[in-house]
Amino acid sequence: MPKTEGLPDVPTVLVITLLAGPVLAGLAGTVLPAFGYLPVLGHDAFSGDPFRKLSSMPGLTTSAALSFGTGITASLMSLAIVLVFTAGWAGTNTFRRLTRFLSPLLSVPHAAAAIGLAFLIAPSGFLARLVSPWATGWTRPPDILIPGDPYGLAMTFGLVAKEVPFLFLMTLAALNRPHVQDYLKAGASLGYGRMATFFKIVLPQIYPLIRLPVLAVIAYATSVVDVAVILGPTTPQPLAPRLVGWMNDPDLSLRLMASAGALLQLLVSAGALLVYLTLELLAGYCLRARFANGHRHPHEIPARSFSLLPMLLIVITMSLSLVLLGIWSLAKSWWYPASLPQAWSLARMLDGLKSGGESLGVTLVIACGAAVVATALTLWLLEARGNAGRRETGRLKALIFLPLLLPQIGFLFGLQMFFLLAGLSGKLTGVLLAHLIFVFPYAFLALSDPWGRLDPRYAKAARSIGASRARVFFRIQLPLLLRPVLVTFAVAAAVSTGQYLPTLMIGAGRVVTVTTESVALASGGDRQIAALYALLQLVVPLAGFTLAALVPALVFRNRAAMRLER
Amino acid sequence: MSRLLAALALFLLLPAPIQSFAQDSAPSPEWQTTLDAAKGQTVYFNAWGGEPRINAFVAWAGREVERDFGVRIVHVKVSDTASVVSQVLTEKSVGKTSGGAVDLIWINGENFASMKETGLLAAPGWVQTLPNWRYVDVENKPTVTVDFTVPTDGQESPWGMAKLVFMHDSARLQKPPATLDALLAFAKDNPGRFTYPQPPNFHGTTFLKQVLVDTIPEPDLLSKPVGEADFDTATAPLFAYLDALNPVLWRQGKAFPQDAAQLRLLLADGELDIAFTFNPGDAAAAIANGELPPSVRSFVLDGGTIGNTHFVAIPFNSSAQEGAKVFADFLLSPMAQSRKRDPKIWGDPTVLNVAGLPDNEKALFKAQDFGPAALSPQELGPVQPEPHPSWVSALEEAWAIRYGTR
Amino acid sequence: MQSSDSASGLVLDTVAIRLGGLPLFDIECRILPGSVLTIMGESGSGKSSLLDFVAGFLRPDFTAKGRVVLNGRDLTSLPAQDRHIGLMFQSPLLFPHMSVLQNLMFALPAACKRRKDRQDLAERALADVGLAGFGSRDPATLSGGQQTRVALMRTLLAEPKALLLDEPFSSLDRTRRAEVRQLVFDLARKKGLPVLLVSHAEEDALAAGGEVHRLGTDIG
Repeated sequence: MPKTEGLPDVPTVLVITLLAGPVLAGLAGTVLPAFGYLPVLGHDAFSGDPFRKLSSMPGLTTSAALSFGTGITASLMSLAIVLVFTAGWAGTNTFRRLTRFLSPLLSVPHAAAAIGLAFLIAPSGFLARLVSPWATGWTRPPDILIPGDPYGLAMTFGLVAKEVPFLFLMTLAALNRPHVQDYLKAGASLGYGRMATFFKIVLPQIYPLIRLPVLAVIAYATSVVDVAVILGPTTPQPLAPRLVGWMNDPDLSLRLMASAGALLQLLVSAGALLVYLTLELLAGYCLRARFANGHRHPHEIPARSFSLLPMLLIVITMSLSLVLLGIWSLAKSWWYPASLPQAWSLARMLDGLKSGGESLGVTLVIACGAAVVATALTLWLLEARGNAGRRETGRLKALIFLPLLLPQIGFLFGLQMFFLLAGLSGKLTGVLLAHLIFVFPYAFLALSDPWGRLDPRYAKAARSIGASRARVFFRIQLPLLLRPVLVTFAVAAAVSTGQYLPTLMIGAGRVVTVTTESVALASGGDRQIAALYALLQLVVPLAGFTLAALVPALVFRNRAAMRLER
Repeated sequence: MSRLLAALALFLLLPAPIQSFAQDSAPSPEWQTTLDAAKGQTVYFNAWGGEPRINAFVAWAGREVERDFGVRIVHVKVSDTASVVSQVLTEKSVGKTSGGAVDLIWINGENFASMKETGLLAAPGWVQTLPNWRYVDVENKPTVTVDFTVPTDGQESPWGMAKLVFMHDSARLQKPPATLDALLAFAKDNPGRFTYPQPPNFHGTTFLKQVLVDTIPEPDLLSKPVGEADFDTATAPLFAYLDALNPVLWRQGKAFPQDAAQLRLLLADGELDIAFTFNPGDAAAAIANGELPPSVRSFVLDGGTIGNTHFVAIPFNSSAQEGAKVFADFLLSPMAQSRKRDPKIWGDPTVLNVAGLPDNEKALFKAQDFGPAALSPQELGPVQPEPHPSWVSALEEAWAIRYGTR
Repeated sequence: MQSSDSASGLVLDTVAIRLGGLPLFDIECRILPGSVLTIMGESGSGKSSLLDFVAGFLRPDFTAKGRVVLNGRDLTSLPAQDRHIGLMFQSPLLFPHMSVLQNLMFALPAACKRRKDRQDLAERALADVGLAGFGSRDPATLSGGQQTRVALMRTLLAEPKALLLDEPFSSLDRTRRAEVRQLVFDLARKKGLPVLLVSHAEEDALAAGGEVHRLGTDIG
């Protein structure tokens, strides 16, 4: 090959600078204050004081334990629900139908889902209203501690409801490899039950593809802020929302302690990841030991029905939450115990839409910009490395996924300083760049497997009939991958839309998206506007996923081989 | 085409000077310099954005100022003012001494004290140069120059008056408690129907301060830094009160609402019977908007309640200082102040001395109807001053140790 | 057309291919225009890597020595698209997102500019292999033999100067197989192309009628 070995290609260098630079700078900006170094506040000597102060905070252990416990429980439950459901139902009509419901749920931002869920399960919420007072005798909402229960059950449920669609879609993508159907048939023909076949034959093959998403979910769930604020316990709160509170305390000296807390958060998330990896090892060992024991588990009807329940529960809960948001966005007044609003107001919703139009435009620009750049960069990276015959090395992968595995608050405050120094703070381009850090890993995650599975002989065939690398890319590889590329674009746009803290901190308040606007409005008491903005956050991701589904179907309507088989 | 545009521009510009100075004599040369410099500037006004009514008022003020003075106002809707302080601090820490992202902040109390102490504010004295400063009621409203006992030194311009006002749903609770003791008795009789936002939330801490102000053995201590008092002695009655209250709070005190907005929602949902707010017009406006049932009424405690002033301040590195001053001045104008006081608009009390205004302007304040849910300025009762801001952190820490972890 | 007799044809000059330092095989040969060299070998013997090397796709974990010379021109350091070597695989690999006609037009050199001309050329090529009127069809709706014939025409429309065949007949059933094989060899002979055929079927070698080189025996 006439290729320069050793020298990394342009996109690799670009990706490394884009991701590693800001993340490392961000980490530095957190580590230094954590050890007492923040000259602007007059702290210019290193010391252990921030950690001492942190350890004296009341309820710190409880907070850390809550973050750890809810995070890992939610992640494990989500994974279990998805795997058991897939095992029991993959390839059935039920599976196909639920898939259609679950995919759009992926575009529901965490905060919006949590708000809807809170209104569903609160003692004065929709469920209580449905049965009150005629069945329960509750003429007033009962004084029951939900959501916000001390063990974080409501919060865990909220996280599960939001992570299940994500993990499910990742599993679905992994199932979309060749021959999976044949393996299922092979298992059945040997007398194995559907679920036994899945766990003994299919899962070992596809697990490598869903492993990283699971790790990302753990890192996210152990450090989540918005869901914790809305559904989590408050005395004390989990660690992450407390950190944000300290970081934003008017008492500026708390920033040092908050930085120390951010390091603790890193530790908590790393600990959860370690625990998971240990469990993974054990589970793998147990499973492997059973591969060849010949147990076929053919009588699986009860297990299969049971595997359907949690999935149904999640789909119903999430759909109901969304419907409730929809009703609230039109409701002027809706007092307990009425199960439907007493007064409606279309005019106020239209007012809200009008004022939300501008921020929606900004959201669209940033989401599309970040998604285009992230998708294009991913393609460029994959094409260049494929051309040079390089596999994705472990080191590059680790770097790309670093922003997913590090809790955002661990380096966001340092990142803010970095962007200020670079003169990018408060600018649209700055926000776009900051989003890219978090969007790119997801784009890479979504696209690298479909790219890797593309038959390389198509490119060879095209090259051998004289097509240049560029022509092969644009005329052959890109169209062949149109569907995954569009899905990647939609995922990237959805991730970008969901960014709250990066937008707020890098945008310095000057870049206003529906997400930042939504949080600001949610701090007020107007549920109609809050619900409306929660729904507005759905617009961009939903549009993205719809396009990703429609465009290939339209373009390839006469191409049998390009149709999605599942 | 260009001639048409020019004519159009002229048409649009013409009414501006006539209208803006009709009410007043010509501006002083110094102020004229500020006006000239402000023209064409964009002011990023960072202000809490949780209330669509207030947002609408800010939008209206922005339109007025753009039309009259050519200053564009962008309302940066903030969920927590402290995050703006953080932003300015971060800018200072990387040496950004000009061209900052924040031009004007809606602020008071601890945030102001913090910014003042850390040198994050524009040089003192600019407030007194505002033409409308002369109408401010410095004499009868001492909090317009002393913010939580900290002298403002002309580094923040008063915008409105806040006062702790309680709300109750008269459909469920006919006669609201008139004292803190009566409130405790009510809570004991009706467990789970009262609570307060979780400190360090601003409103939650204010409730603590209200109890402290009413129970502290030596009230004089409150105007001094907390370090000069024996904190445990001073707060013993406060925590005795809270200890008695905690088990009968909403959710047995095991969870607290996060902010005043959530508190009000709980009142609307029927989970609570009593809530409170810092905006005396809140109940009336929320009823008009369908956010609270029409049966909600306001009340204050017999000895009065804590009151303060909220301000706008300019950060040291604002990129549009003149524009920010012009906007701050407009917010002080009788027109803006009277509109703001209208319960249908916002319901926020004025910082001006209405009696001292020229007749035309005075009339603006006369014709306002406060409705059954709001309290008139007379009914609001005496104002108790805020303690020194250093009490805030101390109270919050002590609260967190006692009630912040189960 | 060829520059001179002595230089014409496809020459593999002292080619040796290694995988991670381990020698796979070496070969030295010359294929004259219109003739076929058949390389026989078990799967895993590295015959596909030879085709990759000649066509310009050798994976970096392989190393190769020697030169590939086509009609007197050294191709060894040229990128794949500039070698003018047509390649056919086990499966037809028609681009599934294009119509049959688009597949053929994709192969036509850019020098043929007018859209109408390109279309005519592609349609004539279809007619040449008995598939007139199939242009607007979705490739997935064609039978295996039809697809292979389209793939062949796609390869030839790019005006290659040599042909590499990687078991292109193995996916066809017996009756189609002989027919399509004959078509390929006839067309290659007619166009005077040197053909390198890789196969493990004796009957392919027999039908090719040229020299046969067996790989399996060289390596242990």
